[in-house]
Amino acid sequence: MRPFLYQRASDSNMAVQALGAPAAANNPLTKATAQPLAGGTTLIDLMKLDVMRPATIVDINPLARAWSAIEPGSDGLRLGALAKMSDVAAHAEIQRSYPVIADSLKLAASAQLRNMATLGGNVMQRTRCNYFRDVSYENCNKRNPGSGCAAMDGVNRMHAVLGTSDQCIATYPGDFAQALIALDATVEITGKAGTRTMPFAQLHKAPGDTPEIETTLQPGELISAFSISGRWPRSVYLKARDRQSYEFALSSAAIALDVQDGTIRNARVALGGVATVPWRAREAEALLKGQKFDEALGQRVAEAAFADARGRRHNSFKIALGKRVVARALQQAVTMEI
Amino acid sequence: MTAAAPEPKANMGQSVPRYDAAAKVTGRATYASDMPLDNPAYAFLVTSAIAKGRIDRFDLDDAGRVRGVIDIVTHENAPKLKESKLFSNGGYAGTTIQPLKSAEIAHDGQIIAVVIAESYEAAREAANRVKVSYTAAAPSASFDSRGTTMAAAKGQNAQFKEDPAVGDFAKAFETAEVKLTASYDTPTQHHNPMELFTTSCVWMGDNLVIYEGSQYVYGLKNGVAEQLGIEADKVRVVNPYVGGGFGSRGSMTPRTAIIAGIAKRLNRPIKLVPTRDQGFTIATYRAETRHEIKLGANRDGRLVALRHEGAEVSSRPDAYCVGGTKTTTRLYACPNVDSLVSIVRADRNTPGFMRSPPEVPYLFALESALDELAVKLDMDPIELRRINDTTNEPINGKPYTSRSLMACFDEAAKAFGWAQRSPQPKSMSDGDWLIGYGCAATCYPTQMAPSAARVRLQRDGRTRVEIAGHEIGTGAYTVIAQTAAERLGVPLEKVAVFIGDSDLPPAPVAGGSNSTASTCSAVMMVCDQIRQRLFKAVMPSDSLADKAKETVGISPAPSTQAARGDRSLDLDKAFDALGVGVVEEYGEWKPEGAPLDSFQAMHTGHVRLIGGHAMKDQIAYAFGAEFVEVRVNRFTHEIRCPRLVGAFAAGRIMNPRTARSQLMGGLIWGMSSALLEATEIDERNARYVNDNLADYLVPVNADVPGVEVIMLSEQDDHINLVGAKGLGELANVGTNAAVCNALYHATGQRIRKLPVRLENIEI
Repeated sequence: MRPFLYQRASDSNMAVQALGAPAAANNPLTKATAQPLAGGTTLIDLMKLDVMRPATIVDINPLARAWSAIEPGSDGLRLGALAKMSDVAAHAEIQRSYPVIADSLKLAASAQLRNMATLGGNVMQRTRCNYFRDVSYENCNKRNPGSGCAAMDGVNRMHAVLGTSDQCIATYPGDFAQALIALDATVEITGKAGTRTMPFAQLHKAPGDTPEIETTLQPGELISAFSISGRWPRSVYLKARDRQSYEFALSSAAIALDVQDGTIRNARVALGGVATVPWRAREAEALLKGQKFDEALGQRVAEAAFADARGRRHNSFKIALGKRVVARALQQAVTMEI
Repeated sequence: MTAAAPEPKANMGQSVPRYDAAAKVTGRATYASDMPLDNPAYAFLVTSAIAKGRIDRFDLDDAGRVRGVIDIVTHENAPKLKESKLFSNGGYAGTTIQPLKSAEIAHDGQIIAVVIAESYEAAREAANRVKVSYTAAAPSASFDSRGTTMAAAKGQNAQFKEDPAVGDFAKAFETAEVKLTASYDTPTQHHNPMELFTTSCVWMGDNLVIYEGSQYVYGLKNGVAEQLGIEADKVRVVNPYVGGGFGSRGSMTPRTAIIAGIAKRLNRPIKLVPTRDQGFTIATYRAETRHEIKLGANRDGRLVALRHEGAEVSSRPDAYCVGGTKTTTRLYACPNVDSLVSIVRADRNTPGFMRSPPEVPYLFALESALDELAVKLDMDPIELRRINDTTNEPINGKPYTSRSLMACFDEAAKAFGWAQRSPQPKSMSDGDWLIGYGCAATCYPTQMAPSAARVRLQRDGRTRVEIAGHEIGTGAYTVIAQTAAERLGVPLEKVAVFIGDSDLPPAPVAGGSNSTASTCSAVMMVCDQIRQRLFKAVMPSDSLADKAKETVGISPAPSTQAARGDRSLDLDKAFDALGVGVVEEYGEWKPEGAPLDSFQAMHTGHVRLIGGHAMKDQIAYAFGAEFVEVRVNRFTHEIRCPRLVGAFAAGRIMNPRTARSQLMGGLIWGMSSALLEATEIDERNARYVNDNLADYLVPVNADVPGVEVIMLSEQDDHINLVGAKGLGELANVGTNAAVCNALYHATGQRIRKLPVRLENIEI
């Protein structure tokens, strides 16, 4: 960890001003000199590991007064970006109307971390790739653009099979983001020019040739809220992992269905633990619309979801696993009592 | 899960609460790196990013400019230290790879520089700014890497003297009615004790005090003195509490003498707190192993031939090996036995002791193979073990001092509900989950070593026990206090125990599960010396011994069992007769069969462990039986372990509460070893990849919802004064095989490589 200046933002104006120092040319947001601090469960970790070296930390926790509301309404849901994971997971109306959200949060991290971590910070958490997190490896295209990828032919059991590029196979590690992308959430972003909204699906960027650029956020911008329209009581989050708690997904599926008289009118399928970014499987969803669910359909959907998957030496198992997880999660969503 | 403290059965001590419980739960227990230092400087390590090659150049400009940096020590300016031999060759060290000696790099994460600064933060920042240029060579990572060498352990490791064998294995196997040949693999594992590998070194003139979590303060004291070239009397090691050891703190690591040398040069106390990932390479670990087992049996299940071949990885310079064939060739009756242990040298740090070092990998292989044989014979696996149970080990024919293996199987089977198992694989399920039941035997050698103790008794009953033992979380304070209280007939709360300090009378390494037997035997003997003095004062003539017992409740030289029936001392009468205020005694105890140089070695930090198969006319082991229920999800193939049941017999149980805790921890670790724990090695560069607790998985509470420990009554008068068998390393041995045996029952799939993960399940 290197010395840094600690600033505490008392309101959003002050926060975006403090964070808004222009980034150096070609410098991604993750290397911006000023970084926001919310729960600190990712940032402080990466600073200790010397992976992130911000000169200034802007503590945005005082903004929680304005930005941590949990607001279920008749036409949708709005979640403040500084709401704690634990508070949202425990909210009765979220559990009732958006079980995929409640479960994705409840099955993530540990109780202690969920009490600290915020929703905004959660979607911005960075990959757990061991080679990214160990600065003694020079070759990491995410840390040192153009230096190569140590994970590609290294120990890559936890790595991604979807959305990868020749530059990077690092997995997006979160759970909650799969629920958001499945439910077509929009993200509200506060910057110097006020607020703007965009589909959550546009927040994260697949690695492509620039794995160092992880999101479309600009320096001086903060996530202030997430919004979801409608209610999704028929939704599930299924997570397969090595131990029963406090562990990242090897494969997960966020499923939301609108079923009427046995016919699927609307279907959402998102995948976690297997992709470089929160992953929406739209081809798979298309197969479900207007259909009556059976096991064979579940299989076809699962196959479609992983049609483009590419495994490496240690993570090929995730393709077969991911298909079974999708099929099982669909089954659960179809048969759940609501 | 909550449970009342277990009720003691016959030949068990009381389930008193831990001596240090309140101190620990209130944070008052002082661990080594909690010790306040006067004006310390802080050290931070820089470790190598390559596993083989040499350092061409350091660029220290950037690091040196960090405010508060005092010194940056590299091989170019490091204090000169003498070499210490590997412990198995009569030295103190866990590795002979001495960092900062030259530009050569022998393994990943080798210490290559130490930054000293006014604060921990400055030292860390400067360490991050040290730039190193290397010339890297291609390292050999493990078994299958190019450039490794392999040779028999016998002849290169002084402690591995023979490959046990008896009869004619080849002929017996050839003609056996039922045969099995199978190979098994176990992974690299790291101890990861909660307390990091810290050290603090403080000089007072020519005297050095080291605050460091150690499982052997006398070994560390003597080893550091040897490396520094000073008298051992000038070095003191202090650690009243140790935050977990599991073997990782049994032998000296290079860090201590390095920090001591720098502290001397700078004339300042230095505190080193390495990081979690550095702990993977600056200390030891359990090396990966490979096994081939051949079993031949009659149709009725009787073993006629057994061969166990094991291979283990070690570093280039050090022939460390665990050689568990000494146990697996002796566990069951079999007239024709053969074995071979080999060591493979790779570019790795030297491995070392890790909880039940030989038994964990070697019994995994044997107990898995027995389960496979039971399937071939269409026989219940418990019955197969009963048929081959024995009172004498087959290699030399020596009798076991006591052996309750089958009693353990029967008790555990009953508690587990083994009778409800439908033997056919894949025949039991519950919703999404396939259910499997499995079991295995567990065992661990009963070992003792010479130990001294000093005990002081005051007229008011206050007692002070001094012994350089170690509280590594096992309950050492508690059982030592209990022993003294019981022996002297004073209330437990009047006994103060002082351990974890090399200025106290020597105790052996807290390893090999010998501590309780050794330290409590020494304390018991010295308490008896006090009783003797008091008795003589009251009753000068021996002929009045029986009368003395009637009147003051002490006997002249009580045997273990007789003493337990004694009434408590009438201290007022005894002290009046003696005419003093305090009685203090020092004594040195050694187990039967200890070599002549035992006491001398004890004072110079060399352990003379006696027991196991190495006793003269007998063989001593503790035994147990472990039962596991696994569940395998049909869809995700996730493996969970809702129930672990173990029954154990280990001689006298000194305190059922602390004993249960150790056995429970062992069962949990065993499950963890089977399903979670493995250090991943990048074969290209021989580096550990998952060197942190987020990626090196250990169980969380949700993984172990049901753990049941049963302790059987067992009395053994052939092992040591207190009659206790070590049990700290007993419970994590059999679990590995029990889990895989249960997985076979659940899925019909035999998995012979640990750890088992969901991608290994094919259903």
